[in-house]
Amino acid sequence: MSEKFDVIVVGAGPSGNAAAYTLAKAGLKVLQLERGEYPGSKNVQGAILYADALERIIPDFRDSAPLERHVIEQRMWVMDERSFVGGHYRSEDFNKEPYNRYTIIRARFDKWFSDQVQKVGALVICEMTVKALLRNEQGRVIGVEVEREDGKIYADAVILADGVNSLVATQGGLRQDIQASNVALAVKEMIFLPRETVEARFNLSGQAGVVIELMGSISEGMVGTGFLYTNKDSLAIGIGCMLSDMKAQRTTPTELLERMKAHPAIAPLIAGGETREYAAHLIPEGGYKALPQLYGDGWLMVGDSAGFVNAVHREGSNLAMTTGRLAAETLIELFQNGNEPSAANLARYKAKLDDSFVMKDLKKYRNITDTLDKQRQFIGDYPNLLNQAAHTFLTVDGQDKQSKEKEIMAAFRERRSLFGLLGDAYRLWRATR
Amino acid sequence: MIKVEEKLYQNRYRVDAGLSHIRIKNEDVCNSRCPTQQCAVCCPAGCWSFEAGKIGLITDGCLECGTCRVVCDEFKNVDWNYPRGGYGILFKFG
Repeated sequence: MSEKFDVIVVGAGPSGNAAAYTLAKAGLKVLQLERGEYPGSKNVQGAILYADALERIIPDFRDSAPLERHVIEQRMWVMDERSFVGGHYRSEDFNKEPYNRYTIIRARFDKWFSDQVQKVGALVICEMTVKALLRNEQGRVIGVEVEREDGKIYADAVILADGVNSLVATQGGLRQDIQASNVALAVKEMIFLPRETVEARFNLSGQAGVVIELMGSISEGMVGTGFLYTNKDSLAIGIGCMLSDMKAQRTTPTELLERMKAHPAIAPLIAGGETREYAAHLIPEGGYKALPQLYGDGWLMVGDSAGFVNAVHREGSNLAMTTGRLAAETLIELFQNGNEPSAANLARYKAKLDDSFVMKDLKKYRNITDTLDKQRQFIGDYPNLLNQAAHTFLTVDGQDKQSKEKEIMAAFRERRSLFGLLGDAYRLWRATR
Repeated sequence: MIKVEEKLYQNRYRVDAGLSHIRIKNEDVCNSRCPTQQCAVCCPAGCWSFEAGKIGLITDGCLECGTCRVVCDEFKNVDWNYPRGGYGILFKFG
């Protein structure tokens, strides 16, 4: 391709699409390259769409985007082997437009997002894998090389939105490869059921939906969580745990998911469903401390490629879209002022990130991964103790309530000691402040 | 328990016949030096096997997650690439 572009965007997931859309809408000449047959064909997510991040890019997205259900209820279940202690929040306020969160099916959603990108004038080429970055003598990134003969394509700047494995960035020396201790391996199934069955099982009507986040015994002592999301006529169910834990415990992920599906609180929700797809994906959960260099001479990194995931709140796609948008806005401002995309000028991207919820949230939880990794009682002991406590308290057997309370407290003290309990409260507070 | 092969059967793939996007750099390392064969344990698609003291890799059902490359951190013996454009897993839902 002899043509030169203002910007090349590598990858057509949420971050790449947000970047390409924002750039093309501002009138820049954009080329977006995607290795899949269609945008979305390589992408995996739970998936929850957070409206706010997309609204800032496409305000009227609700008119045409393929959305499954708007979320009116969030459940958090702390599991033990045969039980769970749960917190649910359901509100009619979440059942009013404009809705705040939606479940989506990524292959459909990404295709739609890419259509919007093309409508505002970006050139999107699928089935094209980027092999390497092109640099000039000064080391500035000036384009990409694709797997074709004479496959050199030039641009003033390159945005890397090529996902968690980001081979281009790693091989180009822009970042280190991801580490097992910084990524979760998630496996997921799409289970189809009649729409009425989904609605009856989850107490739903119309387009309303429920999401369930699962923790405790299902992760079998590993740092990780499970999820069960309602779509129109399907359920997305999956579990993700730190890969370093799976490695240490010699866990086979597909079996871990099978055991979670067999839990007595989960099995009836998915019973009779037909699994039509099985997917796996790495999630960069290293957080603030694992962030690589985010920009340099002629390049910017966005989304999963850079590790923009808030593991505590299960947020990723909104960070992806926001970082994609901010990278694009940085370039737009530079080009409008006639400035070069040098590393010094692109530092503005980092400043924008620092000023946004993205960096603020990642910074807030910068210690949580270490805390959970070292303090396994939060994963094993507490879920078990909580469930036992509920069981003791809710079993009517002639024992008086005060001695039941004593029994519960004794169980906590026995497992964690009084200082241990106080220490744990402090550790949890410190890890999330 | 449903086997991983049955799950993968539901997926759509465009297999690049004869061209594996993942390669073992040196099989001797897997067979003789690696004590754990974590790839065979953690691969969510069951692409890796270790039977009769020999490592095996068939990438037809690969979900392109990257796990085998990342868990092989002691020996870095996995040469991992994306399939050629358009080939490999084609998620219908993702």
